Amino acid sequence: MNYFELFNIPVSFDVDMSVLPKTYQQLQRLTHPDKFASGSEQDKLVAIQKNSQVNDAYSVLKSPLSRAEYLLSLRGIDLQHEQKTINNSAFLMQQMEWREELAEITEQADPLSALESLEHEINQTIKADLIKLQNLLESNQVDAEKNAADIIRELKFLYKMLSEIELKEDLLSDF
Amino acid sequence: MALLQISEPGQSAAPHQRKLAVGIDLGTTNSLVASVRSGEALTLADSQGRHLLPSVVRYLADSVVIGQEAKQQASSDPTNTIVSVKRFLGRSVQDIEAAYPNLPYQFTNSLSPVMTVASGNVNPVQVSAQILKELKKRAQQTLGDELQGAVVTVPAYFDDAQRQGTKDAAALAGLKVLRLLNEPTAAAVAYGLDSGQEGIIAVYDLGGGTFDISILRLSKGVFEVLATGGDSALGGDDFDALLVEFIRQKSELIGTLSKSLHRVLLDKAKEAKEALSEQRSYNVDFEDDTGKHHSVTVSLEHFETLIEPLVKNTLRACRRALKDAQLQKSQVIEVVMVGGSTRVPLVCKQVGDFFERTPLTSIDPDRVVAIGAAIQADILVGNKPDSDMLLLDVLPLSLGIETMGGLTEKVIQRNTTIPVSKAQEFTTFKDGQTAMMVHVVQGERELVKDCRSLAKFTLHGIPPMAAGAAHIRVTFQVDADGLLNVSAMEKSTGVQAQIQVKPSYGLEDSEIADMLKASMDNAQGDMQARMLKEQQVEAARVQENLQGALDADGEALLQPSEIQAIEAGITKLSELAKGTDKDAIKAAIEQVDKLSETFAQKRMDQSIKSAFSGQSVDRI
Repeated sequence: MNYFELFNIPVSFDVDMSVLPKTYQQLQRLTHPDKFASGSEQDKLVAIQKNSQVNDAYSVLKSPLSRAEYLLSLRGIDLQHEQKTINNSAFLMQQMEWREELAEITEQADPLSALESLEHEINQTIKADLIKLQNLLESNQVDAEKNAADIIRELKFLYKMLSEIELKEDLLSDF
Repeated sequence: MALLQISEPGQSAAPHQRKLAVGIDLGTTNSLVASVRSGEALTLADSQGRHLLPSVVRYLADSVVIGQEAKQQASSDPTNTIVSVKRFLGRSVQDIEAAYPNLPYQFTNSLSPVMTVASGNVNPVQVSAQILKELKKRAQQTLGDELQGAVVTVPAYFDDAQRQGTKDAAALAGLKVLRLLNEPTAAAVAYGLDSGQEGIIAVYDLGGGTFDISILRLSKGVFEVLATGGDSALGGDDFDALLVEFIRQKSELIGTLSKSLHRVLLDKAKEAKEALSEQRSYNVDFEDDTGKHHSVTVSLEHFETLIEPLVKNTLRACRRALKDAQLQKSQVIEVVMVGGSTRVPLVCKQVGDFFERTPLTSIDPDRVVAIGAAIQADILVGNKPDSDMLLLDVLPLSLGIETMGGLTEKVIQRNTTIPVSKAQEFTTFKDGQTAMMVHVVQGERELVKDCRSLAKFTLHGIPPMAAGAAHIRVTFQVDADGLLNVSAMEKSTGVQAQIQVKPSYGLEDSEIADMLKASMDNAQGDMQARMLKEQQVEAARVQENLQGALDADGEALLQPSEIQAIEAGITKLSELAKGTDKDAIKAAIEQVDKLSETFAQKRMDQSIKSAFSGQSVDRI
């Protein structure tokens, strides 16, 4: 049973986020070890295993990046253990610019609002990438999967960048 | 045709009889036990009407005193009176002495905290077990029957070693642990927030020695912890320590305080702290070791200036937890206050200011956790089969392994909902290598030395191959109690590698068994009887559940031959369970488990399938 089947939804990048949490709750009620508290050790063990799967499936399905990565893995492309690097030079240049901006942001007159605008810019890029990703994953064109994999690699950089911005924000707004 | 089961008189419970289960708050300063009686969860008092049991254990040469009576002797007999032992669970002596430099205890070595007391040596698990035993005794006397199980609470921020220590202590006290429950979750349950309310709630828990902040989402009886944070070494005791230092400076006492004077000042500091919840200043009077009298006035302003940095630290953790949950302050609909230290007015005010709403304080902050735990225990033991309450907790600290150069590689991220299972692959780096060491750590920092060392595993029995050819899959399984289990397998050959667990600070299974033996007054006999009874109870459980499952789903999910095999196993088990050979019963249970494993999995999948098909019918 793959994660989509477990959640009783079609194998697709497009997931109805209003239904997913409800299904999750329903699966929790069926599989949580507490529901087997008076059962035998074996019942509890089976519940722990199934429930772990439910938790993992939910965390994979609810985030678009991990969902896309999982979809590709179902199609035989494993991005988890790869060593491949990005060779899109335009993207790499942009990355470097952003990183420099972040490193020097404390020297700005208003570092917090500078951070905010950087965050906004990256969020916009992520949004655009996710739309591209959706189109690629739903298309039948040649190389769609290869191109989707490239976008996923870029998105990983972007999300990492976002968490670094958050860390910086924490440092700057400490009270 | 199903046969009627006829039990021997007195051996089977009447169908409507309630099973006794309790909730236990094993606190740093005080501990409590609560139970649901006539539909209401109440804390249980001792024979003198006292609900709080001070978490203090005094060891005399041939007896043990627990609670209030022990607490009263803490100043006069500091080395034999163990106070706030919870701070030592799952910790090394080095950690403990760094955090609490003025402890009066004599640690026997520099690694695990074994203390020398009048009756010999004791460790934190044994001291905690004494407190649990006392509560168990109180519950059995009040409720008039044997306990079927207990929910024991732990701070959400407790790591694996601290949780394991708590569970070991319960085992040592002869309690069946239904679940280790996070204190904030228990508090949310106690407020009955499940009834109708939906939304985000924050639980701010400042106890004697620990601080937790948890962000929960409530929806239709499901309490889902979204994020948790805090500090397992920050609490009201730190307020006291700051006050002691303040008093010491004001009274110009130079150098290290004697153990007994330190204890006297600690008691005075606690009095001052409590008084300052209601008045603007407090006078501390005491005599030093030379008999000289001192009088120090502590004003509310002094006190608040002293503790403000600590309160700010807690708010920083609140902000971080909200961030982890990806929520704004304004989305929080309720703030629940837990722990005696939330009685300090500055704490309540600052928390209220931070969340911009008045915190909930209607349930006694000392009792709220035990009450919530009792409600959960009542459900888990099976007294409320129709309850739809479900508590989903998270892993408080990331789990990782040591990689080259002393770096940590995270295997499971913090705030992941538990139970959770993650696998990691390793390979050999030498030709013919047959063993490999894995160092498991818990924490957020990049360097292994900055994280908490949980255990070192040695994988033996890897088939000899060329370097890099063996693929060892190590699975980290965290259960609903937040406890880690590790298993390993070489993929190409399917060889199961054996794992030797060497807990870094906790106790090994054999040590627990030894302590259990030592704790039995009549040694061997009792121990054997208890272990036999445990196996018989489990055997009965297996028989009953499995027969029920076979009757319900056997024909639909299994071949006739499979049903026959399982039934034969059950028959054999029930024969053996009548005897007294506990090892044979255990082996028969394992045999039946093996026979029915696939069946159990199929039933689980079946229940999911039928739930979904029911739903699609509803939709039409």
